[in-house]
Amino acid sequence: MLKIDLDTCIGCGVCEANCAFAAITMEDGQPVVNEKCTLCGSCVDNCEVDAMVIERETKVNQVDLVAWSGVWVFAEYRNGRITPVTMELLGAGRGLADTRGVKLAAVLFGSELGDTAKDLVAHGADTVYVADDPAFAHFTDDAYGNVLTDLIREHQPEIVLAGATAIGRSVIPRVATILGAGLTADCTDLAIRKEDGALLQTRPAFGGNIMATIVCPDTRPQMATVRPLVMTPRAADDTRQGEIITVTPLAMRMQSRVKVIESVIAESEQANITESEIVVAGGRGLDGEKGFQLVKDLADAMGGAVGASRAAVDSGWVGYPHQVGQTGKTVAPKLYVAAGISGAIQHVIGMQSAETIVAINKDPHAPIFDVATYGLVGDVFEILPKLTAKLNERKG
Amino acid sequence: MKIFVCVKQVPDAKDVRLDPKTNTLAREGVQSIMNPYDRHALEEAVRLKEQHGGTVTVISMGPPQAEATLREAISCGADEMALVSDRAFAGADTWATTYTLSMAIKKLGGADLIICGKQAIDGDTAQVGPGLAERMGMPYLTCVRKVVSVAGQVIRLERMMDDGYDLVEAELPMLFTVVKEINEPRIPSLKGKMKAKKQELVMLSAADIGADPDLLGLKGSPTQVVNVFPPEMRGERCLLEGTADEQVAQLATKLEAIL
Ligand SMILES: Cc1cc2nc3c(=O)[nH]c(=O)nc-3n(C[C@H](O)[C@H](O)[C@H](O)COP(=O)(O)OP(=O)(O)OC[C@H]3O[C@@H](n4cnc5c(N)ncnc54)[C@H](O)[C@@H]3O)c2cc1C
Ligand SMILES: Nc1ncnc2c1ncn2[C@@H]1O[C@H](COP(=O)(O)O)[C@@H](O)[C@H]1O
Repeated sequence: MLKIDLDTCIGCGVCEANCAFAAITMEDGQPVVNEKCTLCGSCVDNCEVDAMVIERETKVNQVDLVAWSGVWVFAEYRNGRITPVTMELLGAGRGLADTRGVKLAAVLFGSELGDTAKDLVAHGADTVYVADDPAFAHFTDDAYGNVLTDLIREHQPEIVLAGATAIGRSVIPRVATILGAGLTADCTDLAIRKEDGALLQTRPAFGGNIMATIVCPDTRPQMATVRPLVMTPRAADDTRQGEIITVTPLAMRMQSRVKVIESVIAESEQANITESEIVVAGGRGLDGEKGFQLVKDLADAMGGAVGASRAAVDSGWVGYPHQVGQTGKTVAPKLYVAAGISGAIQHVIGMQSAETIVAINKDPHAPIFDVATYGLVGDVFEILPKLTAKLNERKG
Repeated sequence: MKIFVCVKQVPDAKDVRLDPKTNTLAREGVQSIMNPYDRHALEEAVRLKEQHGGTVTVISMGPPQAEATLREAISCGADEMALVSDRAFAGADTWATTYTLSMAIKKLGGADLIICGKQAIDGDTAQVGPGLAERMGMPYLTCVRKVVSVAGQVIRLERMMDDGYDLVEAELPMLFTVVKEINEPRIPSLKGKMKAKKQELVMLSAADIGADPDLLGLKGSPTQVVNVFPPEMRGERCLLEGTADEQVAQLATKLEAIL
C-alpha cells in the first residue's frame, strides 16, 4: 500500500502532478490515493519531504526465492523446424544467465526432433531438456502446458522465457496460472536489476503509446513472453558443449482435452514478412486496391515481401498476415519501405528496428519521417512507379 | 447452453499518451469504450445462442462506471449482466483478475462456454482467457477465427497460428478467445436499447463471491509495475531533396549497397 505521512506532507501537489495513473488527487490540500494506484513508486521518488512510502504486503504465493536458479527458454518447434524466436531468446537468455552467474537451459517438445537439441546448444544453451513424442506432433495447451509445468516444478528455474507467438501466448499463461507465477506479456527488453537480481521486463502498453517496466519480486519463476525479432541471436557455434537430457513424461500428462484434427499452413510467399530481408509496405495513402498494386510491384522489383499498415488491411486492400505493428507483426528487415504510411506509433513499433527505413509521403510533417533513414516527400503515385522502373532498369 | 462473455471497459488506447516532460498520462479526451475484441466475443455468443438456444451473460470486473459497457452489451443481444466490483480488486494483474472472474462465474452457477476477446487493448496481454480457463478447469483455445460446428457437447473451431490455422475439436464446457476476423458485430437494435435501459445489473463484491482477500487486487498480483516511460524514437530524419526524379535517383544510389 502507498502510505502518506500527513504530518510531514506539505501539500505541494507534486505527487498528484507526477502520477501517471491519476491515482492521487489533492483534496483540501492533502493527497488522497485512489484505486488506480499501481504502487509504481514515482510519487515516492518525487516527494521532496519524504512523506510517502510504499509498504508491500507479503503475498500468499511467496516462495523461497533462493531455491530457484537458472534461466530457461521454451524452444518452439513447429512444422519440422525451430522457430527463429527461439534462437533470439537463447541470445537474450545467455546474457541474463551470465549476468546472474547461472546456467541457460532450453526445453524442447516435439515429434521426430532428430538433432534439433544440438542446434540449441550451438546457439547458447548449456542444457536442453528434450521430450520427443508423437503426442507433441501438434501443439496443444494441455500436453505442452502440463509437461512444462512439471519440469519447472522439478528443476525450479528463476526465469522462464518464451516467444510471444501464437503458441507462446496461448500456453504460457496457463503454466503461469498453475504455478502462481507472475507473467509479463510481449516484452521488448529484458535486464537484471542490480540490487536484487530481479528480472526487469519492459513492454509496450496502451497500443504502444507507453512503455512499462515490470518485476515479479515475490514469485518464481519470473515468466515472460518476448516479442519476436527484438532480441539478437548469437552466431551458432557447433563446437559448444552442452548436456542433452531426455525427458519421458507420463502418458497421462501428454493427453489433451482438445484434439487437433488438421494443421493448415497458409502463408503466401509475399506474406512471410517476418523473415524477408526487404519489406515494402503501403498505407492509406495508396487509396485503394489498385494503388496498392504499386507497392506489390516495388516489392517484386526489390525481391521483398509486402507489408501494410492497419488502415490498408482494414480497408481490405491486402490481407491481415501482411499487417505490421502493434496488432500485426514485428519486422526487422535490412530495408523497410513505408509508402503512404503516416507513421502512427502503433505502426512504428513494429518496424523501427529495420536497418534502413525509406519513407515516401506527401506530407513533410508526417511522423514516419522521424524514423526514416531516407525520406522522400512526394506523391506515391508518381514516386513508386519511377522507383520500380529505375530498379528494374538497373537489374538490366 | 449457458454462455458467459467477459467484457472489459478500456480507455481508447489510441488517445492515451505519456507527456514526455512530466511522464504523466495525457488523460484529456480519452474515452472509455468496450474492448473492441470483446465486441466480437459478444457477437459470437449471441449468434451461438440464436442457433442453439441458451443464455448469454456478460460479466466484467471493474469500477462502477463499467456498468455502461455492460448495458451496451445488453443492447447488442446479451441477456444478463454482472459487474464484479470492489475496492479490493484494485491493481489486479491478470493472475488476480482470472481468480476474481472465476470465483464470480462459479458463484453465478458456472458456464458451458466462456468467450473472451483475444486481448484487451489497454494491456494487450492476452492472458486472461487462458488463465480463466485454467481456474475453471476448462480446456481452451486462443485466437479462434471461426466456429465450424456445434453438435451436442462437441464444438469444432479454427484457431489462428502464426503460419496458418489449426482445425480443432473440444468438448463443452470450454473457453475460447476470438480474433476480429470471426464476425462482424451487429449494431444495437431498438429493442436491445430498450432492454438495456431496464435490465437489472447483478453487482458482486469480494465478499459476495467468497474470494480469499489475499488473492485479490495488488496483493494477489505477482507482477508489479516499477516504471512507465514514453517509447523512444529513432531520430534520423534525412529528407532527400529535389524533384521526384532526382529523389528517386538519389535513393536508388543509396540503396545499391543493400539491394
Ligand atoms: C490498439 C491499436 C493498435 C493498432 N495496431 C496497429 C498495427 O498493428 N499496425 C498499424 O499499422 N496500425 C495500427 N493501429 C492504427 C494506427 O494508429 C494508425 O491508425 C495506422 O497505422 C494508420 O495507417 P496509415 O499510416 O496507412 O494511414 P494514415 O494515418 O491515414 O496515413 C496515410 C498517410 O499517407 C499519406 N498520403 C496520402 N496520400 C498520399 C499520396 N498520394 N502520396 C504520398 N503520401 C500520401 C498521408 O500524408 C498520410 O501520412 C493501431 C491502433 C490502435 C489504437
Ligand atoms: N477486468 C475484466 N473483466 C472482464 N473481462 C476481462 C477483464 N480483463 C480481461 N478480460 C477478458 O480477457 C480478454 C483478454 O484480456 P487481457 O488478458 O487483459 O489482454 C479480454 O478481451 C476480455 O474478454
